Amino acid sequence: MPEDPEVNQNRFGTGVGNNTQRRLGNVNDQSKCACSCGCITAEDPRFAELKSYIDSLNQEQGITMPVLQEAQRSFGYLPLEVQKFISENTGVPLAEIYGVATFYSQFAIEPKGRHHIGVCMGTACYVKGSQKVLDKLVEELKVKVGCTTSDGKFTLEATRCLGCCGLAPCIMIDDDVFGKLDDVSRIPDILGKYE
Amino acid sequence: MGNVNVTVNGIEVSVPDNYTAMLAARQAGVEIPSLCFLKDVNEIGACRVCVVEADIKGVPMRNLPASCILQVAEGMNIRTNTAKVRKAVKTNVELILANHNRECLTCKRNQNCELQSLCDELGIDQVRFQGEKRKPTIDNLSHSIIRDASKCILCGRCISTCRDVQGIGVLDFTHRGFQTEVAPAFDFSMRDVDCVYCGQCIEACPVAALTERQYIDEVFEAIEDPEKFVVVQTAPAVRASLGEEFGMPVGTRVTGKMVAALRRLGFDKVFDTNFSADLTILEEGTELLNRVTTGGVLPMITSCSPGWIRFCEMKYPEFLPNLSTCKSPQQMFGAILKTYYAQKMGIDPKKIVSVSVMPCTSKKTEANRPEMEVDGLRDVDYSLTTRELGDMIKRARIRFANLPDETADSILGEYTGAGVIFGATGGVMEAALRTVADILTGKDLQDIEYSAVRGLDGVKEASVVLPIDGKETEIKVAIAHGTANAAKVLDAVKAGQKDYHFIEVMACPGGCVHGGGQSIVSAQVRLDVNPKANRAAALYAEDEACVKRKSHDNEEVQALYKDFLGKPNSHLSHKLLHTHYAPRKVYECQA
Amino acid sequence: MMTMVDLNGLKAKALEEMESEGTLRVVVGMATCGQSAGARRVMETLKKDVAELGLDNVNVAVTGCVGMCTYEPILEVLETGKKKVTYIRMDPEKTARVVKEHLQGGKPVLDYTVGHDHAGNLKNLEDLQFYAKQERIVLRNCGTIDPENIHEYIARDGYAALRKALLEMTPETVIDEMKKSGLRGRGGAGFPTGLKWGFAAPNKADQKYIICNADEGDPGAFMDRSVLEGDPHAVLEAMAIGGYAIGASKGYIYVRAEYPVAVERLKIAIGQAQEMGLLGRKIFGTDFSFDIEIRLGAGAFVCGEETALIASIEGKRGMSRNKPPFPAHKGLWGKPTVINNVETLANVAQIILKGADWFRSFGTEKSPGTKVFALGGKINNTGLVEVPMGTTLREVIYDIGSGCPHGKAFKAVQTGGPSGGCITAADLDTPIDFDNLVAIGSMMGSGGMIVMDEDNCMVDIARFFLDFTVDESCGKCTPCREGTKRMLEILDRIVAGEGTMQDLENLEDLAENIRLTSLCALGQTAPNPVMSTMKHFRDEYLAHVQDKKCPAGVCKALLGYVITADCKGCTKCKRVCPVEAITGEVKQLHVIDQALCIRCGACFNVCSFNAIARN
Repeated sequence: MPEDPEVNQNRFGTGVGNNTQRRLGNVNDQSKCACSCGCITAEDPRFAELKSYIDSLNQEQGITMPVLQEAQRSFGYLPLEVQKFISENTGVPLAEIYGVATFYSQFAIEPKGRHHIGVCMGTACYVKGSQKVLDKLVEELKVKVGCTTSDGKFTLEATRCLGCCGLAPCIMIDDDVFGKLDDVSRIPDILGKYE
Repeated sequence: MGNVNVTVNGIEVSVPDNYTAMLAARQAGVEIPSLCFLKDVNEIGACRVCVVEADIKGVPMRNLPASCILQVAEGMNIRTNTAKVRKAVKTNVELILANHNRECLTCKRNQNCELQSLCDELGIDQVRFQGEKRKPTIDNLSHSIIRDASKCILCGRCISTCRDVQGIGVLDFTHRGFQTEVAPAFDFSMRDVDCVYCGQCIEACPVAALTERQYIDEVFEAIEDPEKFVVVQTAPAVRASLGEEFGMPVGTRVTGKMVAALRRLGFDKVFDTNFSADLTILEEGTELLNRVTTGGVLPMITSCSPGWIRFCEMKYPEFLPNLSTCKSPQQMFGAILKTYYAQKMGIDPKKIVSVSVMPCTSKKTEANRPEMEVDGLRDVDYSLTTRELGDMIKRARIRFANLPDETADSILGEYTGAGVIFGATGGVMEAALRTVADILTGKDLQDIEYSAVRGLDGVKEASVVLPIDGKETEIKVAIAHGTANAAKVLDAVKAGQKDYHFIEVMACPGGCVHGGGQSIVSAQVRLDVNPKANRAAALYAEDEACVKRKSHDNEEVQALYKDFLGKPNSHLSHKLLHTHYAPRKVYECQA
Repeated sequence: MMTMVDLNGLKAKALEEMESEGTLRVVVGMATCGQSAGARRVMETLKKDVAELGLDNVNVAVTGCVGMCTYEPILEVLETGKKKVTYIRMDPEKTARVVKEHLQGGKPVLDYTVGHDHAGNLKNLEDLQFYAKQERIVLRNCGTIDPENIHEYIARDGYAALRKALLEMTPETVIDEMKKSGLRGRGGAGFPTGLKWGFAAPNKADQKYIICNADEGDPGAFMDRSVLEGDPHAVLEAMAIGGYAIGASKGYIYVRAEYPVAVERLKIAIGQAQEMGLLGRKIFGTDFSFDIEIRLGAGAFVCGEETALIASIEGKRGMSRNKPPFPAHKGLWGKPTVINNVETLANVAQIILKGADWFRSFGTEKSPGTKVFALGGKINNTGLVEVPMGTTLREVIYDIGSGCPHGKAFKAVQTGGPSGGCITAADLDTPIDFDNLVAIGSMMGSGGMIVMDEDNCMVDIARFFLDFTVDESCGKCTPCREGTKRMLEILDRIVAGEGTMQDLENLEDLAENIRLTSLCALGQTAPNPVMSTMKHFRDEYLAHVQDKKCPAGVCKALLGYVITADCKGCTKCKRVCPVEAITGEVKQLHVIDQALCIRCGACFNVCSFNAIARN
């Protein structure tokens, strides 16, 4: 697949810096913005819910991870507004929040599709041909690995081992695992099950 | 806490049992190389350049541990110079170089770079690995600090300094693995984040990943322009550090040579910020007494540190009313320069270029604050750092060490000892106390050294009993240096735990002597030398050598009031020498 | 608050329910692998049909993974006094039939079972060759009990070990027993568990912690997942015992977020244990209180490394920390902390209950007990197997795994995931234990065992593992962050046909440096796959570098396709070629233009006459 110069992708296309679409190659280029600009307003009720969650943790130590996980569950991703809110309400510097959010593959700085497809690239699946499965999905969804389809339905990513090695090659869509996909023709039907 | 016996390269030494292998080696006369190590600030064993071979109780360690972390134990045998260690260290340095912008010749830290020195000392003669490199992001949008990702070696010293020493945390590691970068959140420019520009990160950076925005060319151009009248002021702390740019020991006092150099660079007048420091004391002392006697907002907090002002505006806006409305000495000087001085000397103020030499990087942004001007004329046009002055002197090929001692010009160049000590933490407070005490007692007090406000404790407290409106009153003061300590004091005041009349806050730990614009001292040298202490000592020595040591005794300042301003806090004083503040928002989307 | 009498009473009651006369107990494997194979719909059909037919004597329960993944979904019927019946590869239709004919009608549907033995007797799961050499200690409850029902765990002596420890033993004697048992960490390092607990116990602190490392990140490994999904209480009980031993009142389970079923089962288990007073304050009426909190990972393999895991629980980036100081002295928030792997913990309760000597009766002198392996790759029987230490690799691969499929030749087996090395046929008779595997250039690791055959390119495999490490490196230290990346770039060049002999030398230099100076075990072991493949398969590397050829036929850039004389001119290949590199008329010999050929292999795959040679 063509190399996007802005997104640093590994062989399977999971840029650890998935979010690098927003990163500025030269900071002088201010045409790109790092926030979601209007998609999430200050009045969004999810902020109040998030605040309740933070308060419920009762000043416990090390709550950045659980708070980010809850925020991601609620908002679907972690844009500037959400991270700023977390920083203000936990006292952790924004740079540290962002540093944690970008360290872990599961946190998304940008919006994700309604359904997440993870193609297992673990050893057992790889050896059984998971690259072909990934290629088929790219073809079917017309989307690059690590990105979201234009209708916002699916985000396609290559993942680490899902732990279902006996059924290699596998993919995971949301919480559902589909195994034995050496026959890639099954894939369009599987995709069709999701709204 | 006792001592243990260890062997370093066959040499036996007895060291405290809380020493690391690196410190034990130093005692044995061996300086183990390092890059990410910064004493008490960043001890994380990340660069793997300080690795050694070590036996613990005769059993060799399987891997090569980092000597900056490895704690000594009885009988430990440390070997720093085996073929294995040399090969490992060389390879790790090569790996750093493989992902580094190696254009030393055009780099700001050429000749003063810890990585460069390391390559020289270790005899690096090749870089075997070619491949992907970090994206060369350059952020030069702020007035003060430039970030160059291509030079970063991911040591983390800046991060630890900003987060742990200063308590702010503008920078952190982002992303993971090879993609790791040191950056502000969301890759915002330093211009748009909660950075106070204290420049402590620059002082901590071993390479040129963080540097200051320079204005040397602009200043040289102004000097050469026959139409322009270029005037320079020098902050107190500069004279205690400038000599280091020329290889002199840390904290050598070079006041006379500094003035001589500036003259030879071609400045039309060489003045001294200490003059306006004295001026500031008059204005601020009067303001303080006013607040104390008329029930004004207390505690009053000093306002000469622009890093502190930004910190207050961003993190503690509820304390904005507490700030003194006085401009900083740098800004006061510029305002007086283009009004009083221009009028007195018959110079068109539009032709005056106001240059300052500061130990500070935040002053560059301060000089650019929109409100820092009078009738459309900027108080300060260019603020240079001590390092930039050193550069200018080198570019002009002036041999600094051979210069004679000269003194500053009149009528904005006289200063008292009180003005000089502004550069050390506690200095502003001491200067203020010297004047306020005389005013309140109506005497010319001789006991003017307030040792309680001196020194490097993060938060200092003192009290002085003085007569106010006939009543003996205990004036309680506090001094904080480093923004983390400022936060401590403010939190205590907010919580009602402390109640002061006057607080001095310096954004930089140690005060201006350790500002972001001072000469950079390497991590290894810092193991033996404390720049904060040495440079402050130079200033206190200059204070002691002064005949006049109280701001109100400054005759040029007295003339300024008599001939122009009237009296402290007069209407004209307010127009020229006072300012206002507002809460500041950061991390705003710029699109 | 639970007392001795209560526990015994509960056990008796639960056993009665599970094994009562006339009751049919039906379990469906509902671990992640079972669910992905379709077990949820099987379960739905089962419940629906049982209810509709009003079969009151049928108890339906979920259960964990039995290990024989290729047979999922698995449904088993247990009747007291009768042999268990195992149904495999079930679907809703088959399930309906089983409910009607077996559960209602009393006649097992033989077609859907595992099969018959030579004497014509019905076989069930345990009769399979797959299980013949296994010894299920860690996995004893997986596939048997309902992990969402604490009573079934108690029925199998659950929490009896905790009771024994708290009421009959002191913390010191607990640690002594663990030391005597010789149990070594099953997460990869193999450090003696008793010793680790012994380091933490004497440290004085106002708080200590027990952490269960459930961040099973090795690709190809799912042992811990099976335990968490199939027998979560085993982990909880062990953590409580560990807490008692070292003086910790708080435990964390750090689970990778990719295991939602495991997280769910753990939450249920913790809730049930708390309800019964088996977790919480004053357990069994003693002064010992212990509580467990779940913390989720967020997709970082390095967080399986104990200091990175600690950093993650502290809310930070999962960047490893230098050791010493070791977590037992200074761990989570600077307090004494013991971190144990899931599988390690799953052994603890049984060791305490049955004694160290019992445990030592399995395995070898230096590595007592069993090890769970996740057998995968080019092997007929993929799945989870638990064998006593000392079992040979050959026994696992051939007797249990039934060798490589499609008659292909075995080439190597990789143990230890991205930290391990490859083992060749020459070493297959090695008895498996910690030290032996290290001696032959690999390591136990967490238990992933991936088999490779003649069609796998070892250079490509090494490159695959290194790519994983590069992506997962935390980025803190120079050798791992920069060095592995440079190694990967070299391997990229090699598989693209651009490698040089200097590259091989640099590869070895880098590997040595990364091994010696990396800050944590991820970096220190990262070069292992490359080093071991270079040692055992140097000829493949040389072929790639000197001859620009990939002997296994995997590295696309090095493959050449040539049409042989067997060509019948059917034009299939010409039509499928994406770059129109093939010319030829109908019924004439076709030719591939090598200059245009992109080596995609489409022609090779489509030729029905085997007329295209690949080299």
